[in-house]
Amino acid sequence: MGKATEMNDKTDRTDQAIDSGRREFIGVAAGVGAAMVAPGVILHAVAATPRSQPVSSDVRWGLLVDTAKCADGCSACVEACNEENGLNLQTKPERESDLKWDAQKSVWIRKVKLQDNQTGRITNLPMMCQHCEHPPCVDVCPTGASFKRADGIVMVDRHLCIGCRYCMMACPYKARSFIHDELQGQLTAVPRGKGCVESCNLCVHRRDYGEASTACVDACAAEGHHAIVFGDLKDPNSPINQKLRELPSRQIREDLELNTGVRYSGV
Amino acid sequence: MAKALLRASLVAVSLVWVLAAQTVLAAEVKRYVVEGSRAAELDSCVEPTERMRRMHFEFIKHQRISTVHQGIRGTKYSLEGCVDCHISYDAKSQPQPINRSDQFCGACHAYAAVDLNCFDCHASIPNKPDLDAEAQAAHRAAGVDLSAPSDRNGEGH
Amino acid sequence: MKRIVYREWRIPPQRYWSILGVLAAVVGVGALAFGYMEHQGHWVTGMNNSVVWGTPHVFAVFLIISASGALNIASIGTVFHKPIYKPLGRLSGLLAVALLMGGLLVLVTDLGRPERLIVAMTHYNFSSIFAWNIFLYTGFMAIVIAYLWTMADRQGGPFNRSVGILALVWRLALTTGTGSIFGFIVARQAFDAAILAPMFVAMSFAYGLAVFILVLMFAFDDEGRPIGPRMLRRLKNLLALFVAIVLYFTLIYHLTNLYVAENDALESWLLLKGGIYTFLFWVGWVLIGGLVPLGILYHPQLSQDRRWIAGACALVIVGGLATMYVIIIGSQAFPIQMFPGRTVLESGFFDGVNGQAAPYWPTIPEILLGLGGVGVGLLITVVGVRVLQFLPESLADDVVPIDEETLDESGSAPKPA
Ligand code: SF4
Ligand code: SF4
Repeated sequence: MGKATEMNDKTDRTDQAIDSGRREFIGVAAGVGAAMVAPGVILHAVAATPRSQPVSSDVRWGLLVDTAKCADGCSACVEACNEENGLNLQTKPERESDLKWDAQKSVWIRKVKLQDNQTGRITNLPMMCQHCEHPPCVDVCPTGASFKRADGIVMVDRHLCIGCRYCMMACPYKARSFIHDELQGQLTAVPRGKGCVESCNLCVHRRDYGEASTACVDACAAEGHHAIVFGDLKDPNSPINQKLRELPSRQIREDLELNTGVRYSGV
Repeated sequence: MAKALLRASLVAVSLVWVLAAQTVLAAEVKRYVVEGSRAAELDSCVEPTERMRRMHFEFIKHQRISTVHQGIRGTKYSLEGCVDCHISYDAKSQPQPINRSDQFCGACHAYAAVDLNCFDCHASIPNKPDLDAEAQAAHRAAGVDLSAPSDRNGEGH
Repeated sequence: MKRIVYREWRIPPQRYWSILGVLAAVVGVGALAFGYMEHQGHWVTGMNNSVVWGTPHVFAVFLIISASGALNIASIGTVFHKPIYKPLGRLSGLLAVALLMGGLLVLVTDLGRPERLIVAMTHYNFSSIFAWNIFLYTGFMAIVIAYLWTMADRQGGPFNRSVGILALVWRLALTTGTGSIFGFIVARQAFDAAILAPMFVAMSFAYGLAVFILVLMFAFDDEGRPIGPRMLRRLKNLLALFVAIVLYFTLIYHLTNLYVAENDALESWLLLKGGIYTFLFWVGWVLIGGLVPLGILYHPQLSQDRRWIAGACALVIVGGLATMYVIIIGSQAFPIQMFPGRTVLESGFFDGVNGQAAPYWPTIPEILLGLGGVGVGLLITVVGVRVLQFLPESLADDVVPIDEETLDESGSAPKPA
């Protein structure tokens, strides 16, 4: 953590210096050639304005999963995540066996089906990085590549990650994946490549462009299940907090006292 | 002591020479901006050309920290901006990977013999979700075909 | 007591070069394996997102803790005033540095992004035990080199003991640090035990000594330098003691785990139902690495025979590798218990469906990489003893310093720490 703060300090100066130039450049995000050919036209990309101020700890992003609504056999959230973050770009190397590849490909969100040993009750739920307030992955990372953003998102700075996989050892939720193979055709919004570790980042690019929710939440809603709610855990009026007030919920592995940003009801 | 002094001054002199040589080099460097890219129609990049040649990696590096750690996306220097502006399209309006040896980044880095591994991870062509109608219109006006498929192995886009 | 004379290892050049050649070949193959893994990506290894540390780490951790244990001999000599061990001090220091180099190389070459090592050297996260270990390792090398100097150089003599004490403390910190890499992981049940750190220290003593004895015997026999029965007896007794301590800690570890109800599943899996891991635990860790060598070393006749002693050392090493395999890989293969009281019926990510262990099979490149690390360690040793005076001329009974304990033949080995 200390490292990240230090780096922030280092960059502050640059940010101020370049802030004036920023505005002219915003349009570029809208697409190739747009600013050139159509000056004067107000441009927008899919997203609202990109963020120009550092993220602050006034918000803490989180998810609430209502397992009662999570449907058996549905994997809309998983597919949406794979699409949004380009995880489906990975292809199995030719000489690789299916089983082994299944264990090696990147997974940011997965469906888990549980049965209570005593009552036999079945529960379905999606598992992803729980965005711990006290993330073990960040504690153990030797280079500070694993870090927690001020807004509570835990992610990997792939410029610093050396691929030691210690964070994967330390994560109690098995939330992280290592990229085992060369990648091609990455998405602009989600740079990723061989030899680094990655995990759910609550669609951080959407956050920075001010979008309302994550890919998994949208997909779940589109299926009509509405099992996942996204929002700001620090805003008492956010949908997620309203829901948290309404439903009994808990953290997985509460005993570890990591204060996760992803909560579950009905488990 | 005297020896050390001598050695230090030698190092200093040679450093000056290296710097001088680089300046000459930079002055002689040819233009790598690819015809048909948006950059080709502009007078200069986000900074004067000389400054960009010498400093672009510094700019991007600072940007990378503020983007990854602070979520700042709207700044002047961004790798995404480089790609968007310097990308060129072939006859079929397909974007050409910018790190290819005949494209902007790839050609100059080959000339300067500097390893270029940004694109191990970053997209080497603009590879973004569909733009809204207005932006698409602007693109069509610029002759950019948005239906250009990305390398997504036929999935999605 | 005669003066101990140290001399370079002077086996015939032909033989020397062929030994060197073999080791260089092993290292070369390891380097090729490294190149292959890095070029292709880690998918060519058996490692995956569930078992993230595999065979290379088994070798690396084994080498690193052996390095620390190999230095034990020197410590006993200088710090604990057992003059009989003094002639062995130099080799002990050399072996420590060499094994550590080998182990670290394996760790580094297994990184997903080894070319970014410079990042690891310039960006430290001080809450990471891993980052601390980088200091522990480099410091260890520096201290051991200083230690070797105090042993070999007249001018360094006066510092010998103080540097020796520093080396001893540092070495214990290093092993504890290596153990803590695992100990700090709350997520994995198998690691969540305070006893892991002392157990690692005990293991380091045993493995380090076993490697040391083997190297010593090989080097001496090859050149026809004598090792007296007295020296050998001391070394073998010491080894037996360390092996017994490891077994003792193993017992305590599992007893405490059995006592904690939530670890029942882990224990019954590891001890009974874990397939390859159960096999390696009982046959590798307990039998080959513990009971059999103990039996040999305490056997009235067999323990007199050098070949049997060498055999026991080899068994301890094999058992040690099996132990590391069980500790490092077994603990990852055992599913993390995220939902106590519930059974996982289906999962998109190997969450231990119906209690199943995560898949892992070592692949050839991984094994070659690990062996390459062993090769590096031995190569450094072989070059070292050839060019510098590491080996005493003789360890025959009339040369080695008399030790107070020789009077007491059956006496227990000296306490190391
Ligand atoms: S769930 Fe795992 S990866 Fe996510 S913050 Fe917690 S420890 Fe880190
Ligand atoms: S794999 Fe990368 S993010 Fe994870 S601990 Fe190592 S350097 Fe940090």
